[in-house]
Amino acid sequence: MCTTITETVHLDGSAKGARGWFRVDRANLGYDHPFHADLDHALTLDFVDETGLGDRVAVEIPLDAARRLLVALGAAVERAEAYESAAR
Amino acid sequence: MPTTDQYEGLLAETVSITGHGGDEIHAYFAKPLTEDPRAAVVLFHHFPGWDEWYKEQTRRFAYHGYLAICPDLYCRLGHGEVDDVAALARAQGGPPDDQVVGDAEGAGAFLRAHGGSNGKVGLWGTCSGGRHAFLVACRSDGFDAAADLWGGGVVAAPDEATASRPVAPVEFTADLSCPLLGLFGNDDQSPTPEQVDRHDEELRRNGKDYEFHRYDGAGHGFFYYDRPAAYRAEQAVDGWEKVWDFFGRKLGGK
Repeated sequence: MCTTITETVHLDGSAKGARGWFRVDRANLGYDHPFHADLDHALTLDFVDETGLGDRVAVEIPLDAARRLLVALGAAVERAEAYESAAR
Repeated sequence: MPTTDQYEGLLAETVSITGHGGDEIHAYFAKPLTEDPRAAVVLFHHFPGWDEWYKEQTRRFAYHGYLAICPDLYCRLGHGEVDDVAALARAQGGPPDDQVVGDAEGAGAFLRAHGGSNGKVGLWGTCSGGRHAFLVACRSDGFDAAADLWGGGVVAAPDEATASRPVAPVEFTADLSCPLLGLFGNDDQSPTPEQVDRHDEELRRNGKDYEFHRYDGAGHGFFYYDRPAAYRAEQAVDGWEKVWDFFGRKLGGK
């Protein structure tokens, strides 16, 4: 909360947490002090359900890793969309 | 600080206090087991929540002779492991400023009503808690000293305002109602040295009683011994001495 950088994406999927698989309704993204990573600030990515305090899959990564992840995610989505188009 | 021939005892426990809007919230309360009246301090936990480090600092204040209380500012969100609760608070933009002020006043009332109080109550916080300490010192006149340790967001641009934080606390500087101590690392990104300069200028312009200490070789959270990337032993030792000296002078602490 020292940066106030937060973003939320509503989605529908599944994630595996400490107690097994659970339904994911949203992803909360932010850039702020991490809980665990030994960094001043980290890109934080939480997959949670709408109740907010149920299961959570939490990731904290440095900004440069977040940038690489973003590129990889974009590339994977592009290839997936091309695959789906070809299949139609 | 106790002498070696002195009886020492400490009580630390979870209590309920009446916070903003009459809500019952949890707080961690610690006090020395002595009969003489004591100064008191409200601790505002940092963004990672009402965690072990903050409860430890609450006990540390009690060891140094203060009645100390740390309200759970995320209490209304529900309960679970502290990082999960704090992650929810982060996603929601943090506790509303009005709510924090109300919770602080509730904590202050709890301390003053305590039989061991000398009537003086200070404010102390780090990170978002440092911002809260300064905010409350401006928006409430019920406190006697405040310590802002690297509070991020005290100075903020208008486009950084949110529903929870509609006004940057620096805008309330004219209303600061008690002496202020500020500790900052010169390598910090939040607050940046330029933001600390702006805060310093506002305090000086308004003729406030304050002292800032700014440390080279330190960034954000340089007291956090459990975070190797942040901890700076030399600066932290000096910073703690500044805290004890300041509260000792302003609150009549031991």
